[in-house]
Amino acid sequence: MPLAPPITDIEQLKSHPAVARLVGWNAAAVQAVKFDRDELTIWVEKDVLREACAILRDDTNCPFNYLADLTCVDWHPSEPRFEVVYHLLSISKKERVRIKARLDGSSPAIESVTSVWPAANHYEREVFDLFGVRFTGHPNLTRIMMPDDWEGHPLRKDYPVEGYR
Amino acid sequence: MPQNPAMLAEPGHDGTLVLNMGPQHPSTHGVLRLVLEIDGETVIRLKPEIGYLHTGIEKTCEAKFYQQVVPLTDRIDYLCPMTNNLTYCLAVEKLLGLEIPPKAQWMRVLMNEMTRINSHLVWLGTHAMDLGAMTVFLYCFREREDILRFFEMVSGQRMMTSYFRIGGLALEPPLGFFEKLKKFADRFPGNVDEYEGLLTGNPIFTMRTKGVAKLSAEDAIAMGACGPTLRGSGVDIDLRRDAPYTGYENFKFKVPVSTEGDVFARYVCRVQELRESIGIVQQALAGMPEGPVKADAPKVVLPDREKMKTQMEALIYHFKIITEGFTVPEGEVYQAVESPRGEMGYYIVSDGTAKPYRVHMRGPSYANLQVLGKMCEGALLADVVAAIGSIDVVLGDIDR
Repeated sequence: MPLAPPITDIEQLKSHPAVARLVGWNAAAVQAVKFDRDELTIWVEKDVLREACAILRDDTNCPFNYLADLTCVDWHPSEPRFEVVYHLLSISKKERVRIKARLDGSSPAIESVTSVWPAANHYEREVFDLFGVRFTGHPNLTRIMMPDDWEGHPLRKDYPVEGYR
Repeated sequence: MPQNPAMLAEPGHDGTLVLNMGPQHPSTHGVLRLVLEIDGETVIRLKPEIGYLHTGIEKTCEAKFYQQVVPLTDRIDYLCPMTNNLTYCLAVEKLLGLEIPPKAQWMRVLMNEMTRINSHLVWLGTHAMDLGAMTVFLYCFREREDILRFFEMVSGQRMMTSYFRIGGLALEPPLGFFEKLKKFADRFPGNVDEYEGLLTGNPIFTMRTKGVAKLSAEDAIAMGACGPTLRGSGVDIDLRRDAPYTGYENFKFKVPVSTEGDVFARYVCRVQELRESIGIVQQALAGMPEGPVKADAPKVVLPDREKMKTQMEALIYHFKIITEGFTVPEGEVYQAVESPRGEMGYYIVSDGTAKPYRVHMRGPSYANLQVLGKMCEGALLADVVAAIGSIDVVLGDIDR
């Protein structure tokens, strides 16, 4: 089965409940969309990400009530350097959507979604620990995997695989 | 992971006592450390402290070729190696757009269900032993030993199997494998009856589990619980049925759901799953298709040993794959499968080279561990052990 080219035109993807809901709420918040390999990605403006998540969670038509995963990708050395990735699942409709927010490398920070899904707590701590992305409004933003006195953030691309020796 | 002996909570706050449990506690199933704030025998707060097994597998993956990551995935959730292999391989195959032959798909379903049984047997044995039932442990490990022998037959390894490869399987199953497995599958439901005979109606076991560590469906969803922990709270979701992968749509099985949301409900779900899994194994054995076990993609799949030694072209492909790897088109995928513990997801980003740009493992234990604090609020100290057992955490999966 050869790969179909990705669809990036927002008009073609308006039938998807997540795209329709976000565009209907605030069309300026949606930066880009991509439908590739049967998976939908929506880039959302980072300042309104938490509200966008709350909107998607409370959608009556297709509630994305389950935060399946939260992680980050480092695109060092290009800017904006970080992409925080949220994988949402609608348990009733069995729909999935990937929400992304782009962050600058200088002082990456984004509003925490722990108030939307309490499940985000440990995931955000992990991203903070391993990437150094700050989540404002997080109840307990401390390291989770590495020791408290560890220097650097190991999953950043400028951190050597063998560590600093 | 804070340095010992740093205090995480102020001792004597509100007249409570801070108690450290783990990381070397026998009932924490690995190196899980819990900091409990207790008032007498009642748990006020519970904080899991993790990271003792953190090995940076996600970072290591970025320095390996795609095919070299497969053995690393075994070591994440070491009780269900094949499920890890499967999730990773499915994700890369999705990135590549690779079609897998039917026999490989059926073998994957078969071995994946055997892995589920293996994992549930370890859970059942250790969970029962935590609650004082020693015999069940010995019975469960007797059957688990048989399953590990099947793993050894197909892959040469008992635990770190790496049997599923990108594009299919490592090897054909050996002669006599299906006959032996059929015998096992025929007697296994009787074994489950044995376990249930020891536990389900046992007054001590039911008193330790019924109404203990309750979790409502709303809390379970909000806190991100998955797998039997979520189904034990009455949420009907199973990715094998709801988002079928590797040919699960060809199999008939029920998804056990309990609504009580306590330790016993999760126990019932998992024991029912044992029976459903062996049913899937029986169906896979009965309908096993013939044909190759590797996809027809010479640039991705290693050639058979025999061909490699006799055909020039196969030798070249073998050399190229081993020394340079294979490139994967740019893109990203999130592949989720239903592991014994819940939704196991692999998020892979490819930048078009032979090494993954980013591999993230969404571990089901990591998600379920967050729920533990909620479950244990107001519970008795002795019930914490039952709660840990009921969410079935594997620390390798949490710390990665």
